[in-house]
Amino acid sequence: MKIGLFVPCYVDALFPQVGVASYNLLRYLGVDVEYPKGQTCCGQPMANGGFESQAAPLAQKMEELFQGFDYVVAPSVSCTAFIRHHYPSLLDHECKMAGKCMDIVEFLHDIVKPTAPLGSFPHRVSIHNSCHGVRELGLSSPSEEHIPQFNKIRDLLQLKEGIEIYEPERKDECCGFGGLFCVEESAVSTRMGLDKVRRHAATGAEFITGADCSCLMHQSAIARKNGIQIEFKHVAEILAAGL
Amino acid sequence: MSKHSKKAKAFLKDAGYSEWHDATFWAVREKRDNMSHGLPEWEQLREKASQIKLHTLSHLDQYLEQFASQAEKNGTIVHWAADAAEFNQIVFEILSSHGVKKIVKSKSMLTEECGMNPYLESKGIEVVETDLGERIIQLLGQAPSHIVMPAVHLTPDQVGELFEREGISDEIGNHDPTYLTYRARLSLRNEFLTAGAGMTGANFGIAATGDIVVCTNEGNADMSTSCPKLHIAALGLEKVIPDYDSLAVFQRLLCRSATGQPTTSYTSHFRKARPGAEPMHIILVDNGRSQWIGNQQHWKTLKCIRCGSCMNTCPVYRRSGGYSYSYFIPGPVGVNLGMLRDPRAHSGNVSACTLCKSCQCVCPVKIDLGEQIYQWRQQLPEWGTEPASKRMLCKGMSTVFNHPLLYKTATGVLPKKPFHSLKLDKDE
Ligand code: SF4
Repeated sequence: MKIGLFVPCYVDALFPQVGVASYNLLRYLGVDVEYPKGQTCCGQPMANGGFESQAAPLAQKMEELFQGFDYVVAPSVSCTAFIRHHYPSLLDHECKMAGKCMDIVEFLHDIVKPTAPLGSFPHRVSIHNSCHGVRELGLSSPSEEHIPQFNKIRDLLQLKEGIEIYEPERKDECCGFGGLFCVEESAVSTRMGLDKVRRHAATGAEFITGADCSCLMHQSAIARKNGIQIEFKHVAEILAAGL
Repeated sequence: MSKHSKKAKAFLKDAGYSEWHDATFWAVREKRDNMSHGLPEWEQLREKASQIKLHTLSHLDQYLEQFASQAEKNGTIVHWAADAAEFNQIVFEILSSHGVKKIVKSKSMLTEECGMNPYLESKGIEVVETDLGERIIQLLGQAPSHIVMPAVHLTPDQVGELFEREGISDEIGNHDPTYLTYRARLSLRNEFLTAGAGMTGANFGIAATGDIVVCTNEGNADMSTSCPKLHIAALGLEKVIPDYDSLAVFQRLLCRSATGQPTTSYTSHFRKARPGAEPMHIILVDNGRSQWIGNQQHWKTLKCIRCGSCMNTCPVYRRSGGYSYSYFIPGPVGVNLGMLRDPRAHSGNVSACTLCKSCQCVCPVKIDLGEQIYQWRQQLPEWGTEPASKRMLCKGMSTVFNHPLLYKTATGVLPKKPFHSLKLDKDE
């Protein structure tokens, strides 16, 4: 089984350590992973802003770049959700990416299924359930729906010894990032982010962790500006810590 | 900045008020969750409700005909209004042919949509809203800020002061909600007894029987129809459902979704006028709906049963308030309905969405509201209403992303070494 690692543009540029953690983690778990060169962006930011047509050439490029891989794994729920749900309508031919692209949490939880402990992380963490993870990829049961409760992020984090896991009040309310939303609707976006960070901090956690760096980036900027002492780590970073 | 975002910014300036607003609507969302999590068949009901609506909308001509002919058999007079102007005119003609000078009204977003109150008032007819929230905003000269709780944005003090000014309450400074409700009730009693006609909207029209069904918590629809001798009911074309079996599905969902109660206090069924009263009038209003049904991308928005739960859950609505939207219906469904009504006028609302999709997970008829907003954003260039700055920004991004070399250069100046430039163990 050959796995292609997709490191989305903003992770590549701003959170390279998350790319490294994902790569190391997959290798540690015995996954045959490769990072094909020439990656940029999946096209999501433009499409969510209303310029889907500008995402089409990027979709085509991704399709070619990851030809020959069984799965494409990305440490980003929103990019994965975009590829899965919107690529098929962007391409004028069959889309392979949509069927084989998975977020790293999904991939580990559903395909690799690790059960042995993954070292220790003796800290208090609060899970940030990103909207696209919850409501588009099904990483956890949406609080709105009456279905059995589950949380794939929590399941994986429990493999770390010594970890204490929390979720904030309003466990899957949006943090207000929303791509270009945070530019166009900056007042609401900032307010949502502040509300979210405060609820995470109220759990007593030292870290906020989640499967999407963009949500974490938005919240960390707000935490810093408001003097809220809390750190941010992608789930992959916590899982890979100390391995 | 979009029109919505400017108003939202102003709304958020008052931190205390906006926090209260957010908490108030979140509490309604939580009540709704308690109700929905108490019904094991909740998700099946939603699916069923969605299916019934899809079926009815795609056979609407048949169901409308059936509804109208059943209603006529019951002795009701059925009217068809193509648009708001025709609707207002029909209402006025019915009223003037009966010499009515004052009407009492239960809550109807359709009359709001058609601007009926100002029209009738311009013709010298007094209109009295009898839903407490609607009455309050009518006296204040405001529009509803929410479709189910139209005055929830006001505090008891604001209402108390209004009632003092209007002479409705006589204990100055007593702003206790129970007292204020009691005073409103006394003053409305008199209106019910002196009005010449009662007007209601309808939550559902039952095609099989020609009945209309009105859900209220205050019993004001019953008062409006049992005191005056003339009852006029207005409903949008999309309100018609096949039969009582379908009603049972919607009835279980509507109030649980809307306010988190198992049911409204009153669910009133009207078939014909009571003995001794004038025949009942039903006005079926199109006002754009028949066109929207033909809109391949957006027709499913018509499934909406106006429960308001998409507003309560929307993190943007809760933090920007009903008046920050340009259409009279706010929140996720309002963004969509506004675009169907007039995309040029209401494009300024489509920014009011993070695409978190919470709305589509609460919607009792499973409208894909967030996905629809995403689609509207793609369509903005058709009307030339896409923000120029955003277009430029996206163009810039797409140039960089389409040229790996440019991308490498751009990311090379960042403080951290980008991932793509790192050496991986496999490369060694
Ligand atoms: S769109 Fe759905 S959630 Fe929103 S008001 Fe209509 S029925 Fe209720």
